[in-house]
Amino acid sequence: MKKDLTPKTLWTLFKSMFVLSACTFGGGFVIVSLMKKKFVEELQWLEEDEMLDITAITQSSPGPLPVNASVIIGYRMSGILGSVVAVLGTILPPMVIISLICVFYTQFRENRYISIALQVMRAGVAAVILDVTWNLAKHVWNSRSVFHILLMAVSFLATCFMGIGAMYIILTCLAIGVADAVYEAMKKKGDWNK
Amino acid sequence: MTLLMKLFFSFMQVGLFSVGGGYAAIPLIQDQIVNIHGLMTMDEFSDLITIAEMTPGPISINSSTFVGTRLAGVGGAVLCTLGCIIPSFIICLTLAHFYYKYRSFSGVQKVLSALRPAVVALIGSAGISILTLALFDTSLKNIALPDFRPVEFIIFAVCLFLLRKYQEKMSAVKIILGSGIVGTVVYLILGALPL
Repeated sequence: MKKDLTPKTLWTLFKSMFVLSACTFGGGFVIVSLMKKKFVEELQWLEEDEMLDITAITQSSPGPLPVNASVIIGYRMSGILGSVVAVLGTILPPMVIISLICVFYTQFRENRYISIALQVMRAGVAAVILDVTWNLAKHVWNSRSVFHILLMAVSFLATCFMGIGAMYIILTCLAIGVADAVYEAMKKKGDWNK
Repeated sequence: MTLLMKLFFSFMQVGLFSVGGGYAAIPLIQDQIVNIHGLMTMDEFSDLITIAEMTPGPISINSSTFVGTRLAGVGGAVLCTLGCIIPSFIICLTLAHFYYKYRSFSGVQKVLSALRPAVVALIGSAGISILTLALFDTSLKNIALPDFRPVEFIIFAVCLFLLRKYQEKMSAVKIILGSGIVGTVVYLILGALPL
């Protein structure tokens, strides 16, 4: 893998990430498909398979999806400096926009129409989040794995009705997953020895 | 611990534990900012989610900038955002390094497959807490039937129906802005009626 540290590559990296981030509303999956268009089809920096792998790594690592993808694509093109440049491009647009909104937040909140709008928009936000949940839960349901469905149900009851913190749920499931992987690995080793 | 340090470490935890995209960060931010440190009320928090959803960029970056600016100015915004991305930066850089060295993963997939259902449950639970706030203006524990808001309920039901029926065509922004406009008009008409 050759690393390209020319200013031109770094600038293209920054500019592409900046534009993608400034124009992408909604979830991380949207930006990942736009990145594929940009880096695979337009710039031909990455192969298609590579982009799919990057998406998988991005989804399974913690943190915001677009930031994760920027880190990996930046690293691929220009090493650690490339990662830094790409991430800067990704986080600058939302930081500037939100800071501006914050400056006017008090006036924003005290305006009667805006406060009604913000109140009713919660209903819309709840619908969006539950729609996303519906799709994701359907995915887990269709896997037909009793183990995973049970994990989902118990986690839901624990957070929603018992108020157990999200971090504890994730750490517990991480431990369960590691135990499962180790068990599987040992079983395979056992088969080998036979 | 000073406020800035508290914010930095809170968002570092958000960044470290939000596996599975933007929505997964919502319950974690709620935990850190509303439940554990009491830095914001649930009302402010749901404004934050609404604004973060309406503007471009990842939800967790939007939220960390919003919380940081509100509580500690520009410095706060920068620190919160840094805290939020440092874990991803280190982890993804490491993974990218190994990926390009070996280009194959398998045991890791097993571990991740146990994490995904939990993430789905957490997102669902965040959705329920915003829904109860929208419909009853309170948390799940304090629901009282007389507080029920029929206008919000109808808007919620219509939005969910539209989202289910026209999956791809309905973006989150359209739904949220639409519900805001329709809801405000309905309230203004109701307010003008001689009841």
